[in-house]
Amino acid sequence: MNKPKKKTHPPRWAVRLLTWYCRPSLLEDLQGDLNEYFDRNLKAKGPARARLIYILDVLKFFRSYTVRKPEFFNLLIHWIMIGSYIKTSSRSIVRNKLFSAINIIGLAVSMSVGLLMIAFVTDLLSYDDFHEKKDRIYRVITVEKRQENPTTTLASSSVRAGKSIQESVTGVEQVTLLRRGFGGDATVGESVIPISGLWADASFFKIFDFPMLQGNPATALKEPFSLVVTETAARKLFGDVNALGRSIKLDTTNYSVTGVIKDLPKLSHMRFEVLTSFSAAELTRPIVDGDGDFMSWENIYSNYTYLMLPENGDPENVQASLDKLCAAENAKLHNRNIMLELQPLKAITLRANIHNPIGPGINQIALWILGGLALVVILSACFNYTNLSIARSLRRSREVGIRKVMGALKTHVLGQFIAEAMIISLLSLLFSFLLFLVLRTQFLSLAPHLQNLLSLELSPKLIFWFIVLAMVVGLVAGILPALFFSRINAIQVLKDVSSIKIFRRVNMRKALIMVQYVFSLIFIATTIIGYNQYKSFLSFDLGFKTENILNIRLQGNKSNLLAKELAELPVVNGISTSTLVTSLGSIHGMQIKYNNANDSAGVWLNFVDENYLPLHEHKLLAGRNFKAITRGAKESKVIVNEQVLKRFGIGQKDPAKALGEQIFISKDEKLTIIGVVKDFHYGTLEDTIEPMMFRYSSDQTLGYVNVKISSADLPGAMADIEKAWRKIDNVHPLDAKFYDDQIEEAYNQFSVMVKVIGFLAFLAVCIASMGLFGMVVFTTETRLKEISIRKVLGASEGKLIYLLGKGFIILLVLSALVALPATYFLFDKVILINFPYHQPIGFTDLLISFLSVMVIAVLMIGSQTLKAARSNPAQVLKNE
Amino acid sequence: MKGTNLGEFEELVLLTIAALVNDAYSVAVCDELEKHSGRTIKLGVVHAVLNRLEEKGLVKSKLGEATSARGGKRKRYYSVTNGGKAALIKAKDLRDALWSRIPELVLKRA
Repeated sequence: MNKPKKKTHPPRWAVRLLTWYCRPSLLEDLQGDLNEYFDRNLKAKGPARARLIYILDVLKFFRSYTVRKPEFFNLLIHWIMIGSYIKTSSRSIVRNKLFSAINIIGLAVSMSVGLLMIAFVTDLLSYDDFHEKKDRIYRVITVEKRQENPTTTLASSSVRAGKSIQESVTGVEQVTLLRRGFGGDATVGESVIPISGLWADASFFKIFDFPMLQGNPATALKEPFSLVVTETAARKLFGDVNALGRSIKLDTTNYSVTGVIKDLPKLSHMRFEVLTSFSAAELTRPIVDGDGDFMSWENIYSNYTYLMLPENGDPENVQASLDKLCAAENAKLHNRNIMLELQPLKAITLRANIHNPIGPGINQIALWILGGLALVVILSACFNYTNLSIARSLRRSREVGIRKVMGALKTHVLGQFIAEAMIISLLSLLFSFLLFLVLRTQFLSLAPHLQNLLSLELSPKLIFWFIVLAMVVGLVAGILPALFFSRINAIQVLKDVSSIKIFRRVNMRKALIMVQYVFSLIFIATTIIGYNQYKSFLSFDLGFKTENILNIRLQGNKSNLLAKELAELPVVNGISTSTLVTSLGSIHGMQIKYNNANDSAGVWLNFVDENYLPLHEHKLLAGRNFKAITRGAKESKVIVNEQVLKRFGIGQKDPAKALGEQIFISKDEKLTIIGVVKDFHYGTLEDTIEPMMFRYSSDQTLGYVNVKISSADLPGAMADIEKAWRKIDNVHPLDAKFYDDQIEEAYNQFSVMVKVIGFLAFLAVCIASMGLFGMVVFTTETRLKEISIRKVLGASEGKLIYLLGKGFIILLVLSALVALPATYFLFDKVILINFPYHQPIGFTDLLISFLSVMVIAVLMIGSQTLKAARSNPAQVLKNE
Repeated sequence: MKGTNLGEFEELVLLTIAALVNDAYSVAVCDELEKHSGRTIKLGVVHAVLNRLEEKGLVKSKLGEATSARGGKRKRYYSVTNGGKAALIKAKDLRDALWSRIPELVLKRA
């Protein structure tokens, strides 16, 4: 046949697609027609258009009359054969104990992480499921923009917004207003018991389903100063007697209990012990520092608005009304823009990167990262299965040959090997489930936040998803070997087994091993670098001293009373007070001005007494410390840091010249700078150093007393301090923490991250190592004869080890060449730029991670190859 | 079941098959129709109609010889069955009967 030169062909995948879906009876003609058109178009419109038209035609021909019907007969055969599959699979599992163990352990370990992720996600997705009308409930959240600053999103909204929605927005069935921060020390009869909760208005129970055990949900929150308590809170307050109708006293106000509700389900995004009527808040109009007037549009920090749409209600319409409302209100504002948005109830927990949350939540990104890492570990175990199965194909190929001779179709063999992978993965599921039960408690105890957020309890739904995971893992692990086996040519195999090229797919297998090692190395390097960075955060020079300082939270007590008691203790070396503990992430700020009335800037703030700076060994660059002022005297002095001078250009940025200058903290209040303190870390190490100032306050009730301890006997010292605390406050337990411990807590999230990634790194390395081990065992076993012959011909042990191990070592070095630069780049360009004060990445970290992985791998390769190299050639060759 | 009633396009395809006699396969039918009707005819539509006509028993088909054209794929040749012929004649009769009832001056060309 005289073939024309190289012809342009229709796209192969399109041809295949057509062959796949088209009925065999129609296929040939249809293909011919398409070919004819293709040739025509080739001449008329050129190759690119012709190919495009071909693809479109293939897609267009997908019609009911062309599509092949599923072959039920085949499926039936699968069902009948499943017993046989289970039998052969279990035999093969038992026969190859080492490989089965590697597969099952690897899959089990990795799947337990997957199970944990599933339980994690299921918990988060079932948040607030107990509200019957959950799909119609929305929270009104606030998006605020001030001048050139980036926008901030708050879960809270203003009372004014809530009221306006109640009155004027149509298409809303119910609106309820909440306010946080209710609570304090309640007096019940003789005893004093601290409680906390929310203000909520009367429609609260019309929207949310918190079943009421006693009392009437419709009226319970109507009257001011009524109180709805949870069962647990009722028991805490009144003991076992009936709570309904009893009353408690907060400050000077009496609240009477009008309802008792069931304890909140754990998976509720809002948490409270008690609810009190919102009408009381409207009467008393409590003012939180800096929030502004209770009914102001700008008071967006303490109140929450939830609304429920009618059935088939349209959130878009409500959003449009909200936009209109905001536009009207914002017109009155200067340099500030407050927008309202609807947030579906079910979206609340998964979006925690929002200010003023009402309950626990998690950032979706964290979830994605964890999920991705778990996926990598699971995939790694799947690769092991794929690799080892294909490598061992030699031993199963005869079975496949016989099956094919007996009439098994490609799809049957495919089904068999996928079934086998499924069996192994379901078997692994049993083990991984046990592991999961162990991991669960470990995971929850990683951080109090997680314990608060998750329950991870088993449910039928969860078990269902576990099984789905196992099936998917089985499918992913088994698909490549199954495809490989299903393509085996029966005649060839039965004639001569060695005709199967077992090393044919060696490149793919090598690639899989390399991917495993790349991820293992990235995990390990990440763990080591992360750990070192975390350690460096803990020991970072913050600009002041934190050693042996105990911070005691005042919880409403007078600082000077406590200080007097503590001063009598011999272990106490010094005492100071402050409103907040710096460097932990808690912040407090205000706007100040210098001599230009139009130039104001935010400055962070800490109120301290005259002992604070010396106690913490802050360095004064110029000027002096505060002097004790008698109570009630007017505040007139301030100590600022260098950044304040820089920001306002005070005294040409020279500390000495800045002394005596005055700053305005409001229109007619000014403070004189008496000292300039060296810059220190007011925020965490994620923040750059910004302007801050110390103001004077001698006695406080809300902040902390900082105590410098000089004793080696810490438990004794703590007991003494506890005793002193008891003399002043009998209600609240002592809340005292060492500064260094608090710093560790502030960076707890990093410690959790390092632990989690470290654990995954451990798993990844174990799994990859097991896979590598399996491959080395396989290779040496298959090449044993070759080795023996080489040995007979005079090869030395060293040469043989080199011969066998070379390929694997090259693989590892290659993966290191990919993984280590990738990790370096990841940290240098993506992660660490968020931390302005981080340590440089140590190359030793990368080297250590490389070496640790290499040592394990070399040990395994070495031991196996050595075994092979030392084998007695006479023994091996005798058996031919 | 619609029975042997022919749709407009079905009738055209059937007529084309009859006209092409021994050379009636899908692409030829398509080209022929395009030539005579002057409208763009999609291969997919012709295919679907051929398939439907065969289901109704109005045409029958057999595969031809393999040639080096068409990527070595055989053509499926269609021919009109007796049922198909009857359906065509019935359709023509119906039209003729209706035409004959139209008074001449109604459709007289201006």
